[in-house]
Amino acid sequence: MSTVPAILSGRGLVKHFGRVVGLNGADIDLFPGEVLAVIGDNGAGKSTLIKCFSGAHAPDTGTMEVTGQDVLFRSTHEARLAGIETVFQTLAVSPALDIAENLYLGREIRKQGVLGTAFRMLDRKRMRAEAGQRLQDLGIGTIQNISQAVETLSGGQRQAVAVARAAAFGSKVIILDEPTAALGVRESARVLQLIHDLRERGMPVILISHNMPQVFEVADRIHVQRLGKRAAVVTPSKFDMKDAVAIMTGALEVDEADQALGPVRTPAAV
Amino acid sequence: MIVFTMLNDRFILATNLSLMTQQTVIVGTLAIAQTLIILTAGIDLSIGAIMVFAQMTMANLVVTSEVSNVAGYGWPAALAIAAGILIAMVAGGVNGFLIVRFELPPFIVTLGTLSIFTALTLIFFKARTIQGPEMPDAMTWMGTTFKLGPFTVMTGVLVMLAMYGIFAFILRNTAWGTHIYAVGDDPDAAELSGISTGRVLFSVYCVAGLIIGIAAWITIGRVGSASPNVAPNINLDSITAVVIGGTSLFGGRGTMIGTLLGALIVVVFQNGLALAGYDQAPRVLAVGVLVIAAVALDQWIRKVQG
Repeated sequence: MSTVPAILSGRGLVKHFGRVVGLNGADIDLFPGEVLAVIGDNGAGKSTLIKCFSGAHAPDTGTMEVTGQDVLFRSTHEARLAGIETVFQTLAVSPALDIAENLYLGREIRKQGVLGTAFRMLDRKRMRAEAGQRLQDLGIGTIQNISQAVETLSGGQRQAVAVARAAAFGSKVIILDEPTAALGVRESARVLQLIHDLRERGMPVILISHNMPQVFEVADRIHVQRLGKRAAVVTPSKFDMKDAVAIMTGALEVDEADQALGPVRTPAAV
Repeated sequence: MIVFTMLNDRFILATNLSLMTQQTVIVGTLAIAQTLIILTAGIDLSIGAIMVFAQMTMANLVVTSEVSNVAGYGWPAALAIAAGILIAMVAGGVNGFLIVRFELPPFIVTLGTLSIFTALTLIFFKARTIQGPEMPDAMTWMGTTFKLGPFTVMTGVLVMLAMYGIFAFILRNTAWGTHIYAVGDDPDAAELSGISTGRVLFSVYCVAGLIIGIAAWITIGRVGSASPNVAPNINLDSITAVVIGGTSLFGGRGTMIGTLLGALIVVVFQNGLALAGYDQAPRVLAVGVLVIAAVALDQWIRKVQG
């Protein structure tokens, strides 16, 4: 194990939904600047695990830390204030609103002065300008009109809006839940490129995916979730896809010595 | 309008146009509240009951037994009006609380409060009508009119138009407005985006109550009395105006200006048919056809636009 402190970690997380066990003492660590993939069979607790950190669920027991501080999020808003942005599987975009409105949904920019404080007026112009800039920065400026309703966009473009929203505001961690599940080949490639770019900028990313080739392409470490627990953490260099599937199904157990529980990407590269 | 003018040339006269704006004022004001609620994918069936309860509260607080057949409290008009508006806000708040806290469907909650507030009106105020002359002038101030060229303008109409302007602005230009659309559009997405959907919903029902309270004051002015039996079809009429105005009953889509036009269209239709010599029954029938046609047209346009 290493001395580099984890940027985000969870220990012994338990979450029950009625009689269904979502998490059964799960651990997780995310280190600075890395892309951590979380894989696992359906019902292994991948989504539940990350939803504890994105504020959508609160764990029944267990501890969560973000940059060394104990946290417990009761809403996605609290998680966002702590610097954790999540792109949910359902995207959480509002189809009837336009791109700028969606980017700033829940944290709108108000006008300066009395108009903003007393009349709570939105600074629509500034929101549009900054939204355009943010999409441009992410290399997804192909969406021509920032005042276009999100329902008029393709699946990939919607995904780009959701990722842009996370990337624009996430100060510490970005969580992506199945970002390519509904996308075509070209659109998937663009989202993977986005993850690469985020990594280049030193932004830690948690990626949940079913897509093994994609996981092995972008991840620094792969967290395998099984039966509500962390079964193993491996690196793509030491293990291949077949091993990962074997761990997922319980056919293979990996010694702690062979695992990658500590950071593999040196902070100097960040 | 051209058709109605051909059927009866009194239709386009200034006096009739003035009359039509006055006929719109009650349903038009209530439709503002209904629009806010329908934008959140809700519905308010208790709007008329709350409005009647609020206006009976105002009227009973302000009169005294010397001038009226009810006991009365002899409150100053301003205080009585404020109390009536407050009661309406509390009533709206009760709707909102039940919907948010117990996650009950708005349809069920307001169906219940429709009966409750109708009953409360009868329990507290009996079925007694309080006539305008029994009340101070401030109570019927909304019904006062003045001449503007050939037109007769009612104060309440100006207040209604101002409220349309204010709420159109709020919907368009504030975070609260954006959040109303987001909550109606997809409540889960809104919640995950960090919007407190419960707080937005509750505030919408409270603000709707405020609007209903003001509508109660306008109604006393427009009708010239406070009666428990005023405007019996007002709930459905307000929904009709909102729907004809192009607001989706599924929430998240619609505008204030649409609702204003919707309310005007209904009144123009009714008034035009009345002047053309039709009875009440065919007029009601025509409005029914109009609602279905308007929504069908709206759906078709959306499909064509893709």
